[in-house]
Amino acid sequence: MLGFLVQRLLQAVVVIFAMSIIVFLGVYAIGNPIDVMIDPGATQAIRQKLIEQYGLDQPLWQQYWTFLSNVVHGDLGTSMVYNVSVIKLVFSRLPATVELVFVAVMIATLIGIPAGIYAGYRPNSLLARAIMALSVLGFSVPTFWIGMLLVMAFAVNLGWLPSGGRGDVSSFLGLRTSLATVDGWRHVIMPAFNLSLFMMGLLIRLTRAGMVEAMQTDYVKFARAQGLPDRQIVFSHVLRNISIPIVTVFGLELGSTLAFAVVTESVFNWPGIGKLIIDSILQLDRPVMVTYLILVVILFVLINLVVDIVYAQLDPRVRLKGGK
Amino acid sequence: MTKALDVRGLTTRFETRSGDVTAVNNVSFSVERGRIMGLVGESGSGKSVTGFSILGLVEEPGHISGGEVLVEGQDLRALKPEALRKLRGSKVAMVFQDPMMTLNPVLRIGDQMAMAVRVHENMSKRAAWERAREALEIVGIPAAGERLKAYPHQLSGGMRQRVAIATALLHRPAVIIADEPTTALDVSIQSQILAEVRRLADETGTAIVWVTHDLAVISSLADDICVMYAGRIVERGTAEDVIAAPRHPYTVGLIGSVPSLHEPGAHLPQIPGSTPQLANLPSGCPFRPRCPRASDLCATEPPLIETGSHSVSCHRPMEAP
Amino acid sequence: MAKLDWMDAFLKPGTVGSGGYTHLLGTDNVGRDMLSAIFYGLRTSFIIGLSAGALALFVGICIGLSAAYFGGRIEAFLMRIVDLQLSMPAILLALVLVAVLGQGVGQIILALVVAQYAYFARTTHGAATVERSKDYIEAARSTPLPTSRVLFRHLLPNVLPPLIVVATVQVASAIALEATLSFLGVGLPLTEPSLGSLIANGFKYIHTDRYWLSIYPGLFLMVTVVTINLVGDQVRTVLDPRRSR
Repeated sequence: MLGFLVQRLLQAVVVIFAMSIIVFLGVYAIGNPIDVMIDPGATQAIRQKLIEQYGLDQPLWQQYWTFLSNVVHGDLGTSMVYNVSVIKLVFSRLPATVELVFVAVMIATLIGIPAGIYAGYRPNSLLARAIMALSVLGFSVPTFWIGMLLVMAFAVNLGWLPSGGRGDVSSFLGLRTSLATVDGWRHVIMPAFNLSLFMMGLLIRLTRAGMVEAMQTDYVKFARAQGLPDRQIVFSHVLRNISIPIVTVFGLELGSTLAFAVVTESVFNWPGIGKLIIDSILQLDRPVMVTYLILVVILFVLINLVVDIVYAQLDPRVRLKGGK
Repeated sequence: MTKALDVRGLTTRFETRSGDVTAVNNVSFSVERGRIMGLVGESGSGKSVTGFSILGLVEEPGHISGGEVLVEGQDLRALKPEALRKLRGSKVAMVFQDPMMTLNPVLRIGDQMAMAVRVHENMSKRAAWERAREALEIVGIPAAGERLKAYPHQLSGGMRQRVAIATALLHRPAVIIADEPTTALDVSIQSQILAEVRRLADETGTAIVWVTHDLAVISSLADDICVMYAGRIVERGTAEDVIAAPRHPYTVGLIGSVPSLHEPGAHLPQIPGSTPQLANLPSGCPFRPRCPRASDLCATEPPLIETGSHSVSCHRPMEAP
Repeated sequence: MAKLDWMDAFLKPGTVGSGGYTHLLGTDNVGRDMLSAIFYGLRTSFIIGLSAGALALFVGICIGLSAAYFGGRIEAFLMRIVDLQLSMPAILLALVLVAVLGQGVGQIILALVVAQYAYFARTTHGAATVERSKDYIEAARSTPLPTSRVLFRHLLPNVLPPLIVVATVQVASAIALEATLSFLGVGLPLTEPSLGSLIANGFKYIHTDRYWLSIYPGLFLMVTVVTINLVGDQVRTVLDPRRSR
């Protein structure tokens, strides 16, 4: 187990390092940020001064080297638009995104898995068919369009919920979160639901497929022949088995949901890092883009690591292999 | 004395798009305590469906359309689903063909067996594990306590099948339906298991219905034999009678095609033709198109001819010795 | 496209404009007929979705087949990259690429191809490794046929069925992805209307009662994407070997 962890951590470091180069090169190939930052009437001298200040006159490899040594010292640069430390900027926006993604994943799991179990247990029932039809909508209709409909229905027409933004923030167990206030929940529920739809649709389909397949297996028939009630067969036997693919997809989708927060945050004007990255792309704010992308890569690597560990815990056959 | 298992006129039908299929057609037989009955037939003859029908576990689109299943005198077909469930595992148990598949790969043996214990008896988890350990010892598994902590993939095929048999035996059921339990095993393991099953039937008094396509296996194990063809029982009798003096031409063909019952090097006869499609059976005797003795008479429903305990359903059976 | 007149801006659906046409779905903020704009946008979306899908399919097949055929280090290297890419959400890759490449139809298609080829590569590789072990490929390999011929004439036809299913889903997903990028303002400019940019434009008026600016292009987008997905589902059912047996 320890050897496995060390190996995976080393792999992770290599991946993050490689990605940092790709991200750096990619992002620094975009346009010229100086044109965006200063007004076109500025003198050549001011222009030159800014270019030197940001080190844009140096060769690319040297820029990367400077960037890397700064990163090691915990400095990811200064936002060219907001003129504050990028780390501060990103971390000031991060809690809002984490909140949104957390609630979305909760909604997706708490609705998606039970719905999938039901649809797989009674695949021919009317309700199961309705669930499946909705799940197709969930992951084929673009998120932003559903989000827009939600705003139109619940905010503009019915006026039940605010159309965007994050609610009041309050302290809960030492965390500053909007989930501690009613106003916060009123703000988060609609974007989170919107964001959850894709993952929910996927979880429903995956759980259903697993259920349908598992209910046909011999070990389920054997359990039935032992007189176990179906409820116990589903919860003690089947769920444990189908949880293996579900956990894998759950991990991948966690990252995907984080990425899709970009869209939802734009629709609902949610002040998270997704909104920040779109603004930085439009304004060519390179340091913010680099930081965001590296952060996302690190999160992905971490999520994959956790998924692998949980996977090994759930499947005894994998555990044996890892032990050798 | 009431029989351990008495099946009367059991009929199971499958309603499929390509028409209705009667997989089990008016099947009747009985097994007494401690006896082993071999249910023999080709694949598709309805022998496995018969096993599942006895437990009331026929899956969609199939359903049991008639007959009685009496276990120690109690008709399972008359029971409500919940009452029937409580008898499964406690009065009637089942063992399956493939030991690789019948145990849940992600649960420890002990957890699976303890679950089977506790569903019928109110006891602590610890006590249930203890019961499971005893059951493993009964079927001859060494270091049973260790085995309980193992996952199925850590055991050999033969060992897994013993675990399945031990699980079936947990509540000392009156009847065990064994659906080809040794087919997937090596021959040497197979004979060990057969000897074990014979001993268990004798010692525990459990009646066993041994479903198989392998006449060689059943001739050495069973007390009685039922031969199934196209969903019907065509011949029934003690193992000795059926093997030594078969009366139905199909049984004759079956016995003739078993190598071990033949001279080495001799030409091995086969039954001509192939297993009939249940959706498309000929009128009268279903074996008619493949039967060497068939006549025009066979287009009508064959009569049941009984000679003592030996019965055959045929217009033109072999002469009784 | 119907005539353009500033006086015709924000006409409700069904109104007759100054050009004498009935604007069935109304007009937008600069007086363009919504129905014409939607059809134009639909065309753009299809061009982008289909060409991105086809290109991604081609690139994916080449990479997947090569990996399966050559094996060894080449296989390990190619599939490692594919796996790495699959673990990143397509939207994120596309977002960064569009940011790097700039706006325009060609750039969007390229970004979508890079974001999606990995699905085809993985599917091709998976199916091809199964086929590879079979005797007929061994037989073809032992003849002096050129490698490319074995790849495309022998291996490809056998890995096609799963690819067709993935292709339908990926075209739908490409169309949805393009719309999303345009909606976010990093895809096509409004002068080149696609369904996404039309919706983005309508979104600005969401707090007014001019619902038709965003609802109608959205409906067309939804129907398009769901239809392609349903066709994909049908294809999957038909191609499923377990079903036909």
